[in-house]
This record gives sequence, C-alpha cells and structure tokens, in this order.
Amino acid sequence: MPDLSVNCAGIRSPNPFWLASAPPTNSGLQVQRAFGHGWGGAVWKTLGVPIQNVSSRFGATTIRGVQGAGFNNIELITDRSLEINFREIAETKRLFPKHAVIVSLMVESREEWRDIIKRSIDTGADGIELNFGCPHGMCERGMGSAVGQEPRINQEITSWAVEASSIPVFVKLTPNVSNIVPHGMAARRGGAHGVSLINTIKSIIGVDIDRFVPEPRVGSRSTNGGYCGAAVKPIALHMVAALAREKEFGLPISGIGGICNWRDAVEFILLGASSVQVCTEVMLRGYRVVEDMIEGLDEYMQTHGFATVDQMVGKAIPGFSDWGDLDLNYETVAKIDASKCIGCQLCVAACHDGAHQCIHPTVDGTRVPVVDESECVGCNLCQIVCPVQGCITMEQVDNSFKPATWNDHVNNGASLRPKKGAH
Amino acid sequence: MADHLPDNRSETAFADYKLPLAREQAIVEANRCLFCTDAPCIKACPTRIDIPQFIRKISTDNVKGSARTIFEANILGMSCARVCPVEVLCVGACVYNLEEMPPIQIGRLQRYATDAAFEKGWRLFEAGPDTGKSVGLIGGGPASLAAAHELRRLGHRCTIYEKRSTLGGLNATGVAPYKMRSDKALEEVEWILAIGGIDVKLGVSVGDDLPLADLETRHDAMFVGVGLGADSMLRVPGEDLQGVRGAVAWIEEMKLGRVAMTDVRRCVVIGGGNTAVDAVREALGLGIKSVTMLYRGSEEGMSAYEHEWHAAKGQGARVQWRAVPIAFEGHGKLERVRCASLDENKRTIAGSEFTIEADLALMAIGQSKLGQMLAGLEGIRVDRGRIVTEADGGAGRKGWFAGGDCANGGKEVVNAAAEGKSAAGAIHAYLAGEVGESGGKHA
Repeated sequence: MPDLSVNCAGIRSPNPFWLASAPPTNSGLQVQRAFGHGWGGAVWKTLGVPIQNVSSRFGATTIRGVQGAGFNNIELITDRSLEINFREIAETKRLFPKHAVIVSLMVESREEWRDIIKRSIDTGADGIELNFGCPHGMCERGMGSAVGQEPRINQEITSWAVEASSIPVFVKLTPNVSNIVPHGMAARRGGAHGVSLINTIKSIIGVDIDRFVPEPRVGSRSTNGGYCGAAVKPIALHMVAALAREKEFGLPISGIGGICNWRDAVEFILLGASSVQVCTEVMLRGYRVVEDMIEGLDEYMQTHGFATVDQMVGKAIPGFSDWGDLDLNYETVAKIDASKCIGCQLCVAACHDGAHQCIHPTVDGTRVPVVDESECVGCNLCQIVCPVQGCITMEQVDNSFKPATWNDHVNNGASLRPKKGAH
Repeated sequence: MADHLPDNRSETAFADYKLPLAREQAIVEANRCLFCTDAPCIKACPTRIDIPQFIRKISTDNVKGSARTIFEANILGMSCARVCPVEVLCVGACVYNLEEMPPIQIGRLQRYATDAAFEKGWRLFEAGPDTGKSVGLIGGGPASLAAAHELRRLGHRCTIYEKRSTLGGLNATGVAPYKMRSDKALEEVEWILAIGGIDVKLGVSVGDDLPLADLETRHDAMFVGVGLGADSMLRVPGEDLQGVRGAVAWIEEMKLGRVAMTDVRRCVVIGGGNTAVDAVREALGLGIKSVTMLYRGSEEGMSAYEHEWHAAKGQGARVQWRAVPIAFEGHGKLERVRCASLDENKRTIAGSEFTIEADLALMAIGQSKLGQMLAGLEGIRVDRGRIVTEADGGAGRKGWFAGGDCANGGKEVVNAAAEGKSAAGAIHAYLAGEVGESGGKHA
C-alpha cells in the first residue's frame, strides 16, 4: 500500500489534501468535521483584525451549463474575534493531533505580526501561512497582494515572521504578477520555509446585464474579486512549475488553484507541489469530495509504483522546458478510428474554421471525415472537440529528420522538416 | 376558434405522454447537444429545421431566437414538436445513438421554444409588401396553412376554402390526444392566421358549392391540400351494424366531441398501420378493458411505427396476427367479429374461423383519396386518387400546385408542412413569371 502521508516544509499530515484558507476553514467545528471526512490538513481562515463583510460575496461563471467552472469572491479575512479563533484552533489541534493545522495571518505592523504569531504558536498549530495574496479589499489597506506584489516588502515582512516564529512559515503568493519567480525568491530570502500558491486572481466574474452592475452585486455596486475554481488550474500549474524548475529556489511548495479531484492533485504534485490545498470544490460540493481524492491518489500511486508521495513530487518538471528546446521535427497527424466515429463532424468544423482546413467530410455518405495527412499540422484541435474517447488519436509520423530544436537550429544549423499547412 | 370546442370532449381524458421541459431541464438537455456539423438531425427533418442552432439558442436563454429558427423553417413547429414521430426522424438520426448514449430530446426542446412563443405571444413574422396577387388554397389542414403563411410572408393574398367548420385538418381532428388535443391545434391555426391577409371560407365544399373553374378565375394560383377522404371499409357483411366504425371518423368524433362509451367493454381494431395503433391506444386510454388489434400480416410486416406499437403493447393491447374479419355479427348492434386466419400468402386458411366478442369495431385499413375531384382539370394527373406533383409541388396545370396527404398519399404533419412551404416558394416563382406555363419548374 502506498504511503499517502506527507511532510511539506516540516509540516506532517496523513495525506497531501489540505483545505485552503477560506470559508471552509472559518471555524473549529467546520475544520473538525472536515478532518472527520478525511482531509489531511487545514489552513485556517486568515486571522487579523476582524473585518466587516458585504452581501453578497461570491460569483460564479457558467460554461455550457457547468455552474461554478470559475468562481470568485469579495470576502475578506475572518470576521470572528481572535480569541474565539485561537481557542478553536487549539481545540481542533487537541482533537486531531496528527492532522496539519496551519494558521493563515494578515496584519500590518511588525509588532502585530510578532504578537499574532506568538498567539498562533500557543494554540499548538503546526505552521503559519502569511497571506500576501488577497487581491481585493485587504490590498486597498496595504495588505494581502499589496505585499505580495512587492518583493522587497514581501521579503521584509517574511523575515519579521520567520524571526518571530518557532514553527514553519509559508508565504502564500499572489498570481497577480507578471513573473512569479522573483516573488518566490523574495520569500526565500526572507527565510520562509515554504510557499503556497496561487492565491486568487484579480477578476470581475461577470456583469448583471439587466442592472448594469458587475457581479457579485452589493446593492448598486460591485468590486473586483479573487478568481479561483477549476478554470484557474492552468495558471496555477504554470506558476507552481515555474518555481519548481527554478534551481535557485528549492523551497517546498503547497499547490493551490482549481484542484477539484485526485487527477488535478496528481498534476500539481508532478509539477513540484508536496501538498495541495483545496477550497472552491469544497465550497461547491462539500467536504465529502476528499474521499475520492484519497482513493484516486492511492490507486494512481499503486498503478505507477510510487511508494510515497515524495517520489512523485516534481516528476514532470524535467518534461517542462522552454519552447526553444522543443523538437521541431517531431511530427504527428490526426487519425480517425472509423469504428468509433459517430459522424458528428465537429472535427470538420473545428479544422475548417479554427485550424488548418485538412479534415474533410467524406463523399461516400459514411460521415466519417477524412484527414488529409499531407496538410495536417498535428495541432490536436480535432482530438479536443471529438466527443468520443479514443476516436481521434495523434499518431507520430516518421519523417526521417533527426530531432532538432529551435535553439539547435539557430545555434548549430540543425535542419528542420518542411512546414505543413503554411501556404 | 378553440372556443367552439365543447369542454367535455372525450379526448380530454388524455394527458400529454411526453411532458414539457422546465427551463432548467431544457438548458441541461440543450447543453448536451454536440452542435454537429451538417447535422444528421436536420437532414432527417422534412422541413430542415436548423436543429443544432435552435438548441444552442435554448442553452443561452435566447428562446425567442430559438423559436424564430424553428418557425422560419416550419410554421407548424409547435404542433410538430408534439406530433412528429421524432423517434424515426430527428431523434432517430442523433449521433448519440451511434454511441449508445441517450439521443437529444429534440421534440421536447422544440416544444419548449415554441410553447414559449405561444405563451408570450411573440409575433415573429410579418406579411410581405402586397404583390396584388391572390392564391386560393383548397383544404385548411397543415399543408395549406404552411403554404398560406409562407405566401403571406411573400406578399400574396390568400383565401383558404375548407369544407369543415374549423381549420387545422388532421392536426385538429386526427392527432392522438396524448400527443396534442384539438384545442391546441386550433390555437396554432389562430397563431398562423395572425399574420393577416388570409381569408378563410369555412363550410365550403369545393366542386360542390364552388366550381373549380370559378376558383381558377378568382385567383392567380391555386394550392390543393385537401388531405384524405373517408375511412375505407372491407365490404364484408354486417358493416352497417351499430358499433362498426371507421377509425378516422371515430377519432374525429372523440377529439371534437364525445364518443359513445356506454356498454363498450370490448373493442377490435382492424389494421396494422399508425391509425390502427393510435385507435388501439386511444380505446385503451378511454378505459375499454379489452382492445384487440386484428392485422392480416405479421408483426414484422405492420406499417405502424415500432415505438408506437411497443407503447400500445405496454398499455395492454391484444393482437391477432394474420387474421381478417369476414363478418360483423349482432342484432342491430355489434356483438362479435367473425374472423379467419391467413396463411403466409395472405390466403384464408380453411376451417380457421374464430370469433372475437366486441361492442366496437374500428376500421383502420386506409382512407379514400380525393384527387379525383381535380380529374376534370386538364393537365392534372391523378394516380389512384393521389395528385401527382413535381418536386416543387407543381400539379401539371398552369398555376396549380398541391401538397400534403392528397399528394403524398398520407404522411406526417411535418411532411405536409414541408410540402406546403415548398409549394409556396414555387407559387411565388410562378407568380413572378419565373417559371413556365405548367406550374412546376420542371413540368
């Protein structure tokens, strides 16, 4: 049986599935219930000077009928008193000593940081997470992403926290930057033990087109919120991988952003995360989703022969390179399995209107389209639109050219195969 | 017009067997549609409704646009959504069938969009600028209604001559009431007539009350959509007994008024087509305990749709394959049907006689053809009662066109709608002087 337990920056948990700092970790009863369902850890809803929230606070995108494919919020940090929060954290840790409890924090002055960190440690918590990521409300007051977007301030406040803390310190990074690496490096220079990313993306989730107000609507106004949910996963994966492949970085990463199931979690781990944090899927479906996450990961590890999660961490990083190092002579063409084709011809429309006009309807009346392989550039669009699993495959073509990257070509004159579809 | 119908009609005993979709259901179903390229469902629809397009519009709450797409192709889209045998048309052609996945419920989605148009009173079409031309339409069923609406969009004045007291044709008098009741059909008639400029002459029997020659001088072109005539009978002894009825006549009575059900406990339906199966399901639905279908062929040979017969069996229909009535017996009223079994060559097997007790026998072996009424007009060809038309509806005589059951021999409402609309296009071309003397483009 694979061992699902993890040690992420010195914080141990029975599995890599942590709840992210958010509404699902707002109170002791919630977190204790979540642990009962199998969650391995929880990052408590950010503590600071309690705030006042607005109604409403959440918005969602609906794509082809899937509600909440993307999600956003304009909720701030905890609105409950610090005393109650700390009491509940202590109680939770007492009831679940083997589960990871991390306290997310956001305050302003050095004294405030020192004080709140001390009180966090006193609860018996396993670690703290510095919320340098919140892109709405708190940043207007000089906190959250206002800190995370300035490497110098990030480094300075991180160093205050590390100095004040006897337990591991995570810096939660904001994705609202052009390049994540300098920000991860700032956290590292500040002495952080790990980073967690991504926080939410600055966004307007939609507009009430009858009232002419963005959503979520607060009376006659709205504001930008933080975007999250399944739709943000690609952005999060890239940022996690960008740090994981950075040789100078080297800190443990807790991956966050659109993780809905075990497959998503595996992807984050393969790109360098040693724990993962989930919020939106739990907000949309409840804590029970973790059951499938644990089982799915266990089965995946057995299938691939991983004994520990650690063996998986970063496994796909060597496969992530710059464009200039991709083999330009690697050639594929689309093949359509006539026995599986149902004749919807979505591939025909996609190829004609959105790609390279090389998939054509048949004239024999079978409705199985024909790929003109001499024109097919192997772009993959047809496979993406095909509703039948395994009907369209991208098959490698032996074109007798040796592998050659753009860098090989520019630097060493490596010869490239003739272009297709470029006329 | 629907006001003329009595509230206590026998058909009101039936509820819709395909339920309407609520908005949430419709959107979920619409989102399943793959939006196929050159979609097979469109090709399977005689009126060529752009089905993927109207379904996509439902998914975005553009229901008015969806209804427009449907009605643009088929102004009878509301009734067709209910009465079409979608199982063998659009739904049967859905590519999901090939994946053994549930096909898109196109009929129910079409009902969702078209019902909204009726409920909200959307007026989607306007009459075209007046051309000064006038078209006469004989018969007020789906073919003529589709033709008249299209002709009005093109600016031609229309007059419909109908011998009954209502328009709608079989949509009002013949459709199985669990698909659509007559009041709905009449509502559709009013909805179509609302385009304006369609003059309706009810209770006029062309040929009897109004000579064809008069019509020809009164109008610039003529469309014939008279449908089919009376139920055919077997001409066996006892057909005059009380309780022996033509199925189409009995169904019409049930839909527009009340059929006598007192003391009717056993019913025999003769035939194996869709009218026979409709009659079986309707008799069962009205509470007749024992309903037996008597068909001269085998189950494989029956022309009724498989899904309809399957449903009839599910309702408890009995059946006698390879059997025919040879006499109806009783004292003044029907008591039993004397039958004989047939061999594989449909010859009576000697000594095979048996009887089925019955209070009601419904003959569903076909209907007479009405084409003969035009036989006096030079150029028009009538083949065994059916008016022979060109692909565009041209009937062989200058300015004369035909469509629907009288020309196709008896098909679905959607075929009549398609033929009526297509003929309207041909009439328009004819009136514009774009085609030759004989009416049809190829004639």
